[in-house]
Amino acid sequence: MNPHTVKTYGEELDQLSAEVILMGGLAEAQVADAVEAVARRDVALAQSVIQRDQRLDELEKDIERKAIRLIALRQPMASDLRKTVSAMKIATSLERTGDLAKNIAKRSLVISESEPMSGLTRSIERMGKLVSSRLRDVLDAYKGSKLDIAQAVWSSDTEVDEHYNAMFRELLTYMMGDPRTISACTHVLFMAKNLERIGDHATNMAEHIHYEVTGEDYMNERPKLTTMEP
Amino acid sequence: MKLYTRPLYAPDTSIGKPRDPSMTTTATTPKFVARDVKVYYGDKPALHGIDIDILDKSVTAFIGPSGCGKSTFLRCLNRMNDTIPSARVDGTILLDGEDLNDRKVDPVVLRARVGMVFQKPNPFPKTIYENVAYGPKIHGLATSKEEMDHIVESSLKKASLWNEVSDRLHQQGTGLSGGQQQRLVIARAIAVGPEVILMDEPCSALDPIATAKIEELIDELRQQFCIVIVTHSMAQAARVSQKTAFFHLGNLVEVGNTEDIFTNPKDQRTQDYITGRFG
Repeated sequence: MNPHTVKTYGEELDQLSAEVILMGGLAEAQVADAVEAVARRDVALAQSVIQRDQRLDELEKDIERKAIRLIALRQPMASDLRKTVSAMKIATSLERTGDLAKNIAKRSLVISESEPMSGLTRSIERMGKLVSSRLRDVLDAYKGSKLDIAQAVWSSDTEVDEHYNAMFRELLTYMMGDPRTISACTHVLFMAKNLERIGDHATNMAEHIHYEVTGEDYMNERPKLTTMEP
Repeated sequence: MKLYTRPLYAPDTSIGKPRDPSMTTTATTPKFVARDVKVYYGDKPALHGIDIDILDKSVTAFIGPSGCGKSTFLRCLNRMNDTIPSARVDGTILLDGEDLNDRKVDPVVLRARVGMVFQKPNPFPKTIYENVAYGPKIHGLATSKEEMDHIVESSLKKASLWNEVSDRLHQQGTGLSGGQQQRLVIARAIAVGPEVILMDEPCSALDPIATAKIEELIDELRQQFCIVIVTHSMAQAARVSQKTAFFHLGNLVEVGNTEDIFTNPKDQRTQDYITGRFG
């Protein structure tokens, strides 16, 4: 695409995308670290995740401010408008992703005080890896405006759902087997739910990327497991 | 009914109602159908074959860089190019199905049906009343003083100027502010009972408030008229029009719903122009 006649306008748009990419990298690390804190029962790492979440909140606000400023001062049109709007929406998704990672880290602090449940935490780790890779892919798609990758992320959401459903059943078995684990298991269940929600955010972001690049909404229904557990 | 026999003014001026029920059109009927319209100034081609349908009862905006041919095409719609000796127009333009370049068409009658408003407000150096009454008088549209008063009042009301000038109708039109003058000119165009109003950058000499008033007026007028506006302000095109046509180097590059043109244009040249990337 040709550069803008007004160079600073183009620079401002580039800055906005760069900040979203930066935020994406941080959110991705937050998820990976939160999951690792669960797997290793690492209190220090969990606390660092909790504390770093503020940075994501700040970045989201900053991106929103910049986008509003662009809309007010530059009146972006067509692809520029879509870029501005999708930056704002993706930033919101990333901020929510950060919140969910922070929540996982908080719960890891609680369960690290009870008996290790290595089978369950390994499941969380596996699911975390899957979700992290989806986040990574969707951010790569954003960076390079790669529609095929966004499409792949969008259509693979069922995989995460399947993981979540499997964990749900696994946890039920655990809790029925030994009611003393109910408290810890409930925390693990919420962690799994959080990861599943992060997967949904990745799907959302894939939709925003699709809109930004093509100007069209997704026509198809989002893939969802019909037998979703609550 | 033939273009050159059609009565120009029916005294029923009730706002919002079509003047002649037989002429009632829906928003999807094209008012103009232009096919392969080419314009040359001397040997120099200015338009390379324009195909476009322009809908009635809606606003169509022409956008494009200077010299792209948008004003030239606008001027084809009421044969204003006839006034330029070196200009030659090829192709067909149908107004309600009739070729407006037909030899039998009287351009004066055509221009009463297809009115025009220019960039700089150009009221006659006469009173406000005389400015509006001028057209109806030369076309013989009023048979009595009362009828003329009625035409002047309803035209000024339709142009949203009545409330500001009703107590000084016999003062000079040139004494009004720029925005008021532009609305006076619109009232003058409305007074002869047109069906189409062409506007060539009607707001570029006005301040933002006067511009907003004209835009509000355009929005009201489109209930009754087919409006075509040439504008350099992309934001204005986006605000006032339902259809937008993008011209570039004498070609019509893209025409579509305004919303689509400004969020998701199909042609790279449109995209580059509206996002400010033409170097």
